Parts: sequence; structure tokens; C-alpha cells
Amino acid sequence: MSRATEIRLSGSGGQGLILAGIILANAAVHEKRRVTQTQSYGPESRGGYSRADVLISDREIFFPEATQFDILLALTQEACDKYIFDLREKGTLIVDTTSVKNISVMSEHVFEVPFTEIVSEKLGSPITTNICSLAFLVKCTGIVKEESLAQAIRESVKPAFVDLNLKAMQLGFELAENYRK
Amino acid sequence: MASKTTKKAKPVETIKEEPIEIRRQMRLMQGNEAVAIGALDAGVNFFAGYPITPSTEIAEILAYELPKRGGVFIQMEDEIASISAITGASLAGAKSLTATSGPGFSLMQEGIGYAKITETPCVVVNVQRVGPSTGMPTSPAQGDIMQSKWGSHGDSPAIVLYPDSVKESYELTIRAVNLAEKYRTCVILLMDEVIGHMREAVALPDVANIRIISRIKPTIPPNWYKHYDENQKYLSPLASFGDGYRFNVTGLTHDQLGFPTNKKVEAHDMMERLRKKISYNIRDLVQIESRDMEDAKIAIFAAGITARSAKSAVAAARAEGIPVGLLRPLTIWPFPDDAVRKMLRNVDIVIVPELNQGQLIQELKRLTKDKADGDLIPIQRADGALITPLDILRVIREVH
Amino acid sequence: MASIPQKVVHEYLRHDKKFPHVWCAGCSNGIVLGAIIRAIAEMELNRNDIVMVSGIGCSSRMPVYIDLNTLHTLHGRAIAYATGVKMYKPNMKVIVVTGDGDCTAIGGNHLIHAARRNIDLTVILINNNIYGMTGGQASPTTPHDAIATTAPYGNIEPDFDICQLAMGAGASFVARTTAFHAIETQNYVKEALNHPGFSLLEVVSACPVIYGRMNKKGSAPDMMKAMRDNSIPLTAYEKLPKEQTEGKIIRGILRREIRPEYTDEYAKLCVRAQGGDNE
Repeated sequence: MSRATEIRLSGSGGQGLILAGIILANAAVHEKRRVTQTQSYGPESRGGYSRADVLISDREIFFPEATQFDILLALTQEACDKYIFDLREKGTLIVDTTSVKNISVMSEHVFEVPFTEIVSEKLGSPITTNICSLAFLVKCTGIVKEESLAQAIRESVKPAFVDLNLKAMQLGFELAENYRK
Repeated sequence: MASKTTKKAKPVETIKEEPIEIRRQMRLMQGNEAVAIGALDAGVNFFAGYPITPSTEIAEILAYELPKRGGVFIQMEDEIASISAITGASLAGAKSLTATSGPGFSLMQEGIGYAKITETPCVVVNVQRVGPSTGMPTSPAQGDIMQSKWGSHGDSPAIVLYPDSVKESYELTIRAVNLAEKYRTCVILLMDEVIGHMREAVALPDVANIRIISRIKPTIPPNWYKHYDENQKYLSPLASFGDGYRFNVTGLTHDQLGFPTNKKVEAHDMMERLRKKISYNIRDLVQIESRDMEDAKIAIFAAGITARSAKSAVAAARAEGIPVGLLRPLTIWPFPDDAVRKMLRNVDIVIVPELNQGQLIQELKRLTKDKADGDLIPIQRADGALITPLDILRVIREVH
Repeated sequence: MASIPQKVVHEYLRHDKKFPHVWCAGCSNGIVLGAIIRAIAEMELNRNDIVMVSGIGCSSRMPVYIDLNTLHTLHGRAIAYATGVKMYKPNMKVIVVTGDGDCTAIGGNHLIHAARRNIDLTVILINNNIYGMTGGQASPTTPHDAIATTAPYGNIEPDFDICQLAMGAGASFVARTTAFHAIETQNYVKEALNHPGFSLLEVVSACPVIYGRMNKKGSAPDMMKAMRDNSIPLTAYEKLPKEQTEGKIIRGILRREIRPEYTDEYAKLCVRAQGGDNE
């Protein structure tokens, strides 16, 4: 059985991770792939824990939650500590070093970027860190096409915020391109 | 206020349909959203509810959509008022629905019993969360399986449907409304929190291709009308307030006209009518999914999200050469007795995973008559986490 | 009585179905039923367009006897059921018949929210100060110090002023009378039915068999006389000094104002939703 690609986006409430998950799932739908998106969060709207799972496959997906991740995005130290042990051996880990200072298990593909800092500096506010880091994830892993992501962002974000989020996306792409240099 | 005299089951008070090409394309959709759209497509034109996680999206979407179509949305002061309002509206002719979760579902039980004894069509969606009491509002559980049948006092035969995907949430919402109208009762749609909040890619069918059932209206003169008139299948025409029939509705045990009675023979007739309209129509009501059961020696019996885990485990076990299958009820009440008996006869072991401390398994125990019947192995958790495919696969490997 | 002959009243009763009724001799409920029928007959309302909704209790048995669309619901929930009916068929007249226990104890939440919404329901609350059907337990309007089976040493709770409660919650029509004042009751029912918004009519009534006997209030006629002697019209109340009005039942229309009515507001909302959206 060919399995689904399992992606977990994690951090704290208010960081927009569920929206990022919906956008990624939408991008996969545009590519006519099977997809499930689930989430788990605490009762708080801000703070607390928050995660969004996206499973992408070409076959029917039965169990909708990520159990062994191919890709893990962690925006906070707590999320990184909590979920890193369920990352597959050859999986991809992307962390926001603004918050994540320690990575307890090193894997082959680790990307360390101070997303929150960079987004705050370049775009004036950390609000679009979710989109920037998602774009980085997309560029590094190729899980969906860049134009699918752009289309999904245009459809999922309120019209007034589309430009800002597309800028954040572009920033994420650039960060990924220049990462190894 | 014109009285409707439509005899055949077809939409009599359907609501205005708006252009919905966009939503008919494949798109990402949440389970609760699928319920709301299913309700609209089924002709629901009245929603009364009270906010509660994890069902609130249903109310929010209908608050936006119903006024556009001339339907009614009202946020009531509590869940008791909500079930009351949808029952009242249904008697006035509406196709009505409410949505809630555990604590609200508990509050609604008396009203659900009222809708059943008065044979008033309505639908209650219960997006289950961890209980008892406030429990864990944003975490999944399947703890209301028994409550959905036995929650209201007295014997009240239940129709309860249980989807396992976003697409099926849409389909079973329509089916719930249809069955409520056809059988004149309160139908319950049990959802799992995960399915309510999950998003999947779904392409909905064209509205023209959906079968919609609406209550049969009486055509006889008012003074011949009996609110609980018997025919062969115990399904009788239903007049609405304002149609000129001036009937009485009471939660007291009543006669065929709907007036209170203490006569044993009339009480017996009423109770039998409530029972038989379900038990004489099992074939119409029960739906199951059977998967890889032909040669199975091990079966899994599971509903909702847990059946999704089971499907994954079955596929993995089959890849290892283990003859395992899945039986999944889409109608959880009335219970699919015949299919379960057949399963128990044909397999050695039945694994029963469920997100509670043992509810479905009680029904399987009830149906285990013979020593030759398969052994029952429970997998249970009620801590807000899901039973994963691996949890089930491990048990399959153990018992194989 | 009045201009409506008894023969007409009989035409509104389901005498071929569920009589004799359950009410005790001397009970005020029949007087109120008669007043409601006369009001409906005088107003020449179409019976097919009236729904009478009730909860549980002595007064809530009324719908069974009257030939309208009738809905006998759960204890306390009449107003919530009535809200559902009215919202779906706003052109129908929806009357709620209820009692002090049904409406202000178990159903208090629905009363205040329906009053707040100002939905066009006509609530006729027959206040006999006791749970009669279950044999005489204290209700929210059982007077302080009165005896009830659940207050055998005297009631230590203060009682509700139902009209004040309804006004506080926002009811746009509030009136009070007593069952002794049958014609006044009939007139207030008409006023309440004509009022476009939430209306509450409290009819102070006598329960001689349960409340009267426990509290030594004398016979049924004695209790009727007491209602006559212990009540004063609002106009007189406003003129008299305080010592002469202490403990009296004030009769009259205590509030009548026009506020946006809920089903009207909902209809406007629908227009907004339909016009303001280009989808």
C-alpha cells in the first residue's frame, strides 16, 4: 500500500497553523490529490498548543491524523520537543529558531530558520510567519507546486490580506532558495 | 397559510435554491460544513440551536445561509429551548434541525422523547466530545452511542445514523432528514469530533440527483383526520398547524386523535405503533458497510472515525496475509442485528474498537448466542485520543 | 355574559372529545378559558390560524378542551415551542397558556428571553400561587409564610412579582387582572392578542381545593370575594396613599409600548441577507 505523506504543522494557538494546514490541503486539492486535514488545539484562541495535520495521497486516506510524520514544522520549543520523536527517520524537520533553541534528535533533513524574526523585520509584523514557513516547507519538500500554494492562499485569505500573505509566501520561497548558500 | 394537499412524498415546502456550481466542484470541506450543506440540500428550512463546541460551525453556516433562502435561523437561550423550537416549527410545517454536543444533547433528551411520542419529524445532530459532563470539548469520543438510544426516559425506539467521512456526513444528513419526514420521528445524526472538524476533498452531487422525502400531507376532510392514523407500515399523513385540521398534540400517552388517554388498550396501541414503525422497517433503516468480509476469520466491528482506523489496519493486515475484514454500521440504531449475527457465525474473532469504555461491544454480547460464535476482543479508550491503525493492527497480529 | 352567548362558547369546545375536564370545582381555569373563547369570538379570529400552546400543570390542560390548533408540551417549555411555531408561521396567532410554576420556575429562562426578543406571543399566565396538579407544593409565587406541602413550616422564600419580572425582561405588553374580573380578563385577552409584540397577561386565580384549604382561605366563593376585595385598579392605586394599597393586587395594563417585533425584524434580516449578497 502506498502510504500518504504525513505533514504536521505545530506551534501555539494564534500562530495561524490551522489556516496554514487548510491552505496546504487546498493546494493539494488543486492538484487533484486525496487529502485530509485535521487539527487539535486547546480551549484558548491565543496561546496553548495548536497543531494541524495534512495527509496527502493518490489513494483513499483512511486514518486522517498524522502518526509518523514525513514533514514536521515546529514554531515553538514545546511543539518541537513534543512531536520530534514521531518524525520518520528520513523525515524533514523545519524549526523556527526564534523560539526553538534545542533540537533533541537530529535527523538528516533539518532546516533551522528564525522565521518570526525575519518576517517581523521584513514585513513589519510576525503575523504571516505561518505562511512564510509554509512556503519554505513547500519549496524545500516539493509536496505541492508553488503556483498551487499561491492559488490556495488567494482563495483562503481575506481579500485585504492577500497581498501581504503572497509577500510572506515569496519571502519563504527566497529563504528556502538561499538556505544552503 | 394555504393548506398543502400533496399526496405523494415529494418536496412540498422546499426552500429557494441558489446557484451553487462552485460548491459542486471538488473542494476542501469540513465535516460540520457538509452537515450544514446537507441540511440545506435536504430542504431544512428551520434551525434553532445554542452554541457548543465542537458543533458550532453548523449553526454558524446556517445562520448565514438560511436567511438568504427565506428559511429561519434562531439562536435560542439553551438546548432545551432549541429542541422545543424545532419541534414546534415542525408541527407548523417546517423541516427542522438542530446541532449540539454532549452537554446539550443531555439537556435535549426530554424534548427528543417528546418529538418521538408526538411523532414529529426533526433531526438532532450530536457532534460527540469527551464526557461525562463538560469533559474535553475539543477532543473526540464515542461515548453517546447508548445515550442516543436510551437517553430519553421510557421506551422510545430510535433512528441514529453515524458517518465516517466528510462526504458521508453530507449524505447521512440528507438521509436523516428524509427518515425523520418518512417515519415522523426525531432522527439523530451522531458525529465524531474529528469528522466534524476534519477537512477532506469532496465533490457533492447535483441537487437534482438527490432523493428528497417530505412528509405526506392529509387529503381527507378535517373531521376525518386522525393525527396518528394507522396504515400498514405505521406511517401516517401529517397535517401542519394552519392547514385547517386543528389537531391536538400532547406528550401524554394519547389516542389516535392525539388526545390524552389512560385506557390500557389505547396506551398499548400507541406504544406498539412507536415500536413497530421502526422494527417493521429494519430493511429500510439499516445500512452497513462490509469490507473484505468474504473470507475473513477475524472481523473488526467499528463505527465513525474508529472505522477509519480499522480500514487502515485491515489494509495493512491483508498485506501481511491475515484474513481480516470490517463491518461498519452506518445506521447504529436500530442495530444491524442480522449482519452482526452473520458476522459472529462466520469469524473466529471480532475486534471491537471504540472511543468509550464499552458500548458497542454490549450489543455484540447481546447477539452472541452460540459458543461457536466468534470471541469478542475490545479496544477501548476514552481519554480524548484516537485509536490508531497501529493499535488495531497490533491486536490483529496478536490474535492471528 | 358579555356579548357572546354561551352557545357560541360551546362551539369552541371539544365537548365531544375530552369532557368532563380535569379541573376541580371552584377552580378559576374555566373562567379564564371562557374569557379567552369570548375574546377570540368577539375578535372574529379564524380558528385555523390560532395555535394554543401550553406546558404542564392544571392551567396547561386547557388546550385539550378548546377547538384550535393545540399543542400541549413539556413542563416549562411552552414558550420555546411557541417560538418555533411563530417563527415558522409568523401570521398565526400564538397563545401560550401557562401557570406560575410552569412559566416562572422551570420555564423562567424561556419567559425572560421571549420577552427580551419581543416575539409576538400572547402569554396568559394563570397564577394560583401553588403547584396544584401535583398536590400543593410551593411555587415561585407562593406568598411568604404561606403553607405548602413542601413548605410545611411556612414558606421562607420571597415571591415573584410576575408582571415586574416580565417588564424587567422587556415585555412590551404587561397586564394583570383576577379571575373574579371575568370581563376584564376577556378585554385584556383581546388587548394582548391585538398587541404586536410579546404580551403577558397575569390572571390571579383561586385554587380552593389545594391552596385555599392548606392556607385556610375559605370556600371557593370566599376566595372569589377576596380577589374582588383585595384588588384595585391601577388608576385608583396611583391616587391612594401607600397604607391603603399595601398588599393589594394591582389590576390594569401596566405596560403597553411599541418596540420592534422579532418576526418582523427577522423578515427584514432576510431581505438584507438576500439583497446584500451577490453570490
